[in-house]
Amino acid sequence: MSLVLSITVGVLFATGVFLVLRRSVLRVVIGLALISHGANLLIFVAGGVARVAPPVAAAGTTAPPTQHADPLPQALVLTAIVISFGVLAFLIALVSRICQPDAAGQVADDTDQYAEVRP
Amino acid sequence: MTWLVALPLVIPLAAAAVGALGRSGGAWQRWVSVGGAAGLLGAAIALLVEVDRVGHIVLHVGNWHAPFGIALVADRFGALMVTLTAAAGLWCMIYALREQRPGPEASGRPERPFLLPMMNFLLMGVCGAFLTGDLFNLYVWFEVLLMASFVLLTLGNTRAQLVGTLKYVVLNLLSSLTFLSAAGIVYGLYGTLNFADLGRATAVGGAGGVGASPEAMAAAVMLLVGFGIKAALVPVFFWLPASYHTPSFAVSALCSALLTKVGVYSIFRLCTLAFPLQGEALRESGVLAVLAAVSMVVGVLGAASQQQVRRILAFHSVSQMGYILMGLAIGTPAGMAAAVLFFLHHAVVKSNLFLIAGAMQERTGSNHLKDPAIAGLMRASPLLAAAFLLTALSLAGIPPMSGFAGKLGLIASGVDAGAWWLVGIAAGVGLLTTFSMVKIWSEAFWREPGGEAAADGHGAVTPAAAGSGGLGLMLGVPVALAGLTLVMGVAAGPLAAMCTRAGAQLADPSAYITAVSPKRASEVNAAGAAAEAGGERPVGNASGGETGRAAP
Repeated sequence: MSLVLSITVGVLFATGVFLVLRRSVLRVVIGLALISHGANLLIFVAGGVARVAPPVAAAGTTAPPTQHADPLPQALVLTAIVISFGVLAFLIALVSRICQPDAAGQVADDTDQYAEVRP
Repeated sequence: MTWLVALPLVIPLAAAAVGALGRSGGAWQRWVSVGGAAGLLGAAIALLVEVDRVGHIVLHVGNWHAPFGIALVADRFGALMVTLTAAAGLWCMIYALREQRPGPEASGRPERPFLLPMMNFLLMGVCGAFLTGDLFNLYVWFEVLLMASFVLLTLGNTRAQLVGTLKYVVLNLLSSLTFLSAAGIVYGLYGTLNFADLGRATAVGGAGGVGASPEAMAAAVMLLVGFGIKAALVPVFFWLPASYHTPSFAVSALCSALLTKVGVYSIFRLCTLAFPLQGEALRESGVLAVLAAVSMVVGVLGAASQQQVRRILAFHSVSQMGYILMGLAIGTPAGMAAAVLFFLHHAVVKSNLFLIAGAMQERTGSNHLKDPAIAGLMRASPLLAAAFLLTALSLAGIPPMSGFAGKLGLIASGVDAGAWWLVGIAAGVGLLTTFSMVKIWSEAFWREPGGEAAADGHGAVTPAAAGSGGLGLMLGVPVALAGLTLVMGVAAGPLAAMCTRAGAQLADPSAYITAVSPKRASEVNAAGAAAEAGGERPVGNASGGETGRAAP
């Protein structure tokens, strides 16, 4: 199970890096999304994957079962998912704002405004 | 007194939330935001005084004790940084009182709604990063401050800002993801994310010691890369000059004072506290020294090639980060102390230069040195010229300003440690820094106005842009800060003594570790195995006997 997940992490990172290196902004965004999925899965795999009981104490007992899953990586992944969701949403809004065409239907070229001497 | 540690997080959050309820730019928002920053400064000073007295203040959030819960820790270094954050927040907000309003049409100053509350959110994130004692929590604070800075950089909605922010977001997101992956690996390896507990685990070197394993080095280097991007060190600094020249001047000043500092601060924590053996190895192999030297040189050369004031300043930030890292690369307590002093000096001076650039823009409508409109500032505003001169000399390290005290400490400790080539580079870069400051001085302040403009006929500044009114706070804040850098240089004694105590704590983290968690997590586990809940080790963790976090 860990092996399959590890390979998945590798594939996600590789695809993500490939896309981030493209010239199209949209591919960069998708690449970042894939890398963030890869990072989340990496935390999960690094924390250890096992088929055991959930870390919840049954009614009437004070301790969870002897063999129980580590809840912490799950909490970390949950936090990381929420954060990367927020950042990616911001990024997509930013890209759509930048690529908005003007009245003539043209998207402005990104020239360096300070490259030439003013005026 | 442990609640003092929580105040620097609670005050900016409350000020931001309450301030955001008011009308954008209205009196309510102004008073609440600036009042919040002033309250934060008061709380930070109280924290600093108390920390200096007792050494460490630890707050176990929710009373879950470290290493299981998240600990907020203030040592002298952290408390100094929080005080600096609060002070920088206050002066940038006072300056922003004028900048948040839209300027006259020709000045090109757009409306920036909710500028002040967002600055308070940023302060909360930065304070959190300086106070947390937990690796994953540090990641969360990084994201809090990044989110706030994303919004601050885009406020105003000009195209240049949006494009600059895009580069900023993408590169910082990559850095966060590197950091996040490293945090996952660290948890897998050691079963703990608490700095103190981690430091204890990785300090076990030698044959069979976990600290000597290649995995530990891999994790440390991944963290170094993540923090290095945030700190804008040279191979990975490109986001900084691409974005810092676009937003409002107060935001440029605040970001330059704080954001890169958080990255360098984290590198200090990484190399001294969390991974002491790896930090030592990185230092001895010269990796840190090379990073510092290359940052210093490339940053200053980049600055020399630029003609736009804020771009010059942004490149200088890269160069100055190299100086701070040089303190860590030297690695002696004196070197660390000098680096801490340099942190304080650089935040004051660099943010002041950005604020002065804002006043130049306000006065002349231009920020480009080849623009004829910018010439003759010496006559137009002698007070601004004096403030610039003092601050620029301080950046270059001329006595008696604070830059001299900072650089003297670094160079002296470098000489003591025998790092001659590093010292030579630092001194040479100081000379080049002077060169690009003189460039701004001679083009913008000394040059007689009107010469070229009259020649080609269309360079004259539009009267509306050349803010005919007084500069008000946009002049008052830079003058006060120029005075501050002078005072920090002339009366450097008490400050340097404080930094020396902070440097001693950094160089020997054992007191920090004892203060945060008296026992190794595995010992706590073993002791509590028979007792109540949480005694059983979670099997899901791959790290076997080194498991740190049990289900509480």
